[in-house]
Amino acid sequence: MTAYQVSFYLISACLLGTALLAVTTRNLFRAAIWLLFSLVGVAALYFWMQVEFIAAVQIVVYVGGIVVLILFSVFLTQQTGQQLPRATRTRRISSLLAALAGLVLCWLLIRRSGLTATGRPFHWDMHRIGSHMLGTGDQGYALPFEVVSILLLAALVGCIAIALKSPSAQDNNQNPEDPA
Amino acid sequence: MNDVTSIALIPLLPLAGFLLLGLLGRSVSGRVAGVLATLLMAGASALALVVAWHYFFRDQAAGNAYLPQVIWQASWLPFSGGLGINVGILADPISVMMLVVVTFVSLMVHVFSLGYMHGEERLPAYYAFLGLFTFSMLGLVLSPNLLQTYIFWELVGLSSYLLIGFYFQRPAAVAAAKKAFIVTRFADLGFLVGILILAFCGNSLDIGTLLDRLTNTQAPQYAAATTASFAGITALTWGLTLVFVGGAGKSAMFPLHIWLPDAMEGPTPVSALIHAATMVVAGVYLVARLFPLYSINNASLLVVTAVGSFSALLAALIACTQTDIKRILAYSTMSQIGYMLFSLGVARYGGEQAAGFTASLFHLFTHAFFKSLLFLCAGAIIHRVHSNEVKDMGGLRRRMPVTHLCFLVACLAISGIPPFAGFFSKEQILHAAYADHKLVYATGLITSGLTAFYMFRLYFLIFWNQPSRQEDGHREGTLSMLVPLGILAACSLLAGLIPFGRFVSADGRPASGSSDWTFALAPVLLAAAAILVAERMYRRPSPWPQRLAERLGGLYRAARRKFYMDELYLFITKRIIFPWIGRPAAWIDRNVVDGLMNGIAAATQRISYWIRAMQSGRVQQYALFFFGGVLALAWVLIYVWQN
Amino acid sequence: MIPLSHILAVSTALFFIGVYGLLTRRNLITLLMSVELILNSVNINFVAFNKYLFPERLDGLFFTLFIIAIAAAEAAVAIAIVINLYRSHGSIDVEDSRDLKY
Repeated sequence: MTAYQVSFYLISACLLGTALLAVTTRNLFRAAIWLLFSLVGVAALYFWMQVEFIAAVQIVVYVGGIVVLILFSVFLTQQTGQQLPRATRTRRISSLLAALAGLVLCWLLIRRSGLTATGRPFHWDMHRIGSHMLGTGDQGYALPFEVVSILLLAALVGCIAIALKSPSAQDNNQNPEDPA
Repeated sequence: MNDVTSIALIPLLPLAGFLLLGLLGRSVSGRVAGVLATLLMAGASALALVVAWHYFFRDQAAGNAYLPQVIWQASWLPFSGGLGINVGILADPISVMMLVVVTFVSLMVHVFSLGYMHGEERLPAYYAFLGLFTFSMLGLVLSPNLLQTYIFWELVGLSSYLLIGFYFQRPAAVAAAKKAFIVTRFADLGFLVGILILAFCGNSLDIGTLLDRLTNTQAPQYAAATTASFAGITALTWGLTLVFVGGAGKSAMFPLHIWLPDAMEGPTPVSALIHAATMVVAGVYLVARLFPLYSINNASLLVVTAVGSFSALLAALIACTQTDIKRILAYSTMSQIGYMLFSLGVARYGGEQAAGFTASLFHLFTHAFFKSLLFLCAGAIIHRVHSNEVKDMGGLRRRMPVTHLCFLVACLAISGIPPFAGFFSKEQILHAAYADHKLVYATGLITSGLTAFYMFRLYFLIFWNQPSRQEDGHREGTLSMLVPLGILAACSLLAGLIPFGRFVSADGRPASGSSDWTFALAPVLLAAAAILVAERMYRRPSPWPQRLAERLGGLYRAARRKFYMDELYLFITKRIIFPWIGRPAAWIDRNVVDGLMNGIAAATQRISYWIRAMQSGRVQQYALFFFGGVLALAWVLIYVWQN
Repeated sequence: MIPLSHILAVSTALFFIGVYGLLTRRNLITLLMSVELILNSVNINFVAFNKYLFPERLDGLFFTLFIIAIAAAEAAVAIAIVINLYRSHGSIDVEDSRDLKY
């Protein structure tokens, strides 16, 4: 059992454990923090797989951006103090069963597919990533790059439009304490 | 016009009356309704007479025999295997005779009602029901197949119900109508089963075909009918006896007679029409119609004879003790129909032995006249005295001379005194009975003596004896009430002179009516003696009736209470049928049958609520169903569905 | 060496943990978190396939990069919607927004 293998299992354990905690804990803030740790664990997995660039992007965007965004929204909706309500027992059990069934199905498929790693080495470098990202030939991702840029722009504008407090909305704004 | 149209019009005219008065009756007055109905009935009656004249005198069939001919037939519901349901018109001596009798008596009743029912409420409905009844009865006698007979049979029962319960505000009338309908309907169950058995054995519903197949000993249906048996009795006997049960119900034979006395709650002209002349003879007509079948089956004929003679005697005994004029006449009807039935029972198909058949139908013919006359006179008397009880009458001979004379004529006719009509027909019946079965003859003889006794008891109590009320100077009755009385009295006098056997006999050939004058002495002398006894006891107030009643003690009381038949029936229905059969059946109906239906509905509702709950608006629930469905599909497609 | 199936097992487990959270959690924000977990599991898959099955190419990496970018955009839009919903309904409980009920 090499350290390579031990570290994989360790990282996986942390990853899955914190993910579980993120979906089960009843404190909203804690759930966000567990999510944070889970995403850090995913980044650690990328590090273990020696794709450091992706790991870096994961930390910067996911952990540093999305989780922070989630935390902001948690504070904006003033839910930090209260305990989150639980779903009904029926719901929990049926969801658990569905998830487990799916898990078993996928595991069986994986086993059946007989995917095994080819022994070939995996070489990547930033130069290759950069040239492919803006390249237009084979393995060129210039078009998706541009499209994603437009998507980001649209998302930006959309968020502002949705979340904007329009003057009429301000007058009709419901008092949060009133029932919906 | 040709035969089919004229015969078809006869029942259709009263039907038209029923429809017109039923639909438009509210907007016409009682008088207009009565006149319209009477005119239609007069047309039908005239047509019937013309048809009869044609049939009996002009259209002679080959070989001098009157054979039944189906003069019109249409297929209504054709089934496979030859058991289709047709409608048709049958012309045959007895059906033509019945056409005349029914239309004529109905016409008399209509004319009488113009005066008698004057001023009553709901007269258009009354005349409409009379028209419906006449139509049903005429349809009954013209039916060439058993199912059409059954249909009209039920229609007759329905019209009788409507007419008996005409004064529906009176609970007694409502109860009587229900009783009549239920008892006859119960008997009709037997009738229907009998029809089914006969149709199944003979493979046809048409009467002519049935008679051919089941009397022909070579035919396979005959063999089937006489070999198949249930509880040791052949199918043919079962069928015929059950059909007779239906007839016995309509004809008020023992033990299904309990409805007839109660049916007197209806208006008196109705009693004259239905319960004297037409509906109650439907049973006799039925046996006569199927007579070729009955004549080869001794067991069912035995049943007919036994029931007929017993009912005749029983009714005569009860009538001697009753005090309600209409009930006396009702029991008298029952007794006379018993005569008709046992006369059929002692007859066979051809030749000398068929005398009973002719005698029975002759008696039906004459009885129609004098019995309806008796009822109409009773109506006039009741109209005058405003009561049905004999004790409120008395000494009416001076105040109602026409009624007196007509009633006397009718009593003489029913007692069998020559030369009135009843003498000829009764004498023929007794003659036929004497030739066949001495016990039946003796019963008939005793009953005729009793008949004379109680009829004249009634006569003397009404028209002689002590007047019960002061002279009030009323007129006897309107012309419309008196004219039918006179016409019917004339018929009661003259109808006996018709050589009936020439026209109506079992096989259609004219029978030689041999009248043995010495034979007729015994019944006539017995009747005369009975009349004298009645005169002694009832013409003047005397203590004899009371003393005789005390002497007879229990017998008198039992006869007065109609031999406790009503109490027996009430006991059976209220103590046995209702709690042990009726209530469990009702429980099953409410809980099991309804429960099943309600259960299905409730289950459906619950399922629908459950399905509706799936559209809950909760997104996560949708997501769960979505995910679960995809998962299930994936499982199935990958692992289960091995293509 | 770690067999590829183990890495795939990890990512599958992460995926179904996210699915469980998606179906169970009543708070909209925790719902969003579960979706992020799902997306991450897909990312792991892509990287693993690329590295172990097709080492000459870089397609898996690029997919991962794009998924991360799009996930960021989607999270932002989702948060905006959550805030809007909070304003109109006063709560961010999923059970309280049942306006599409029959």
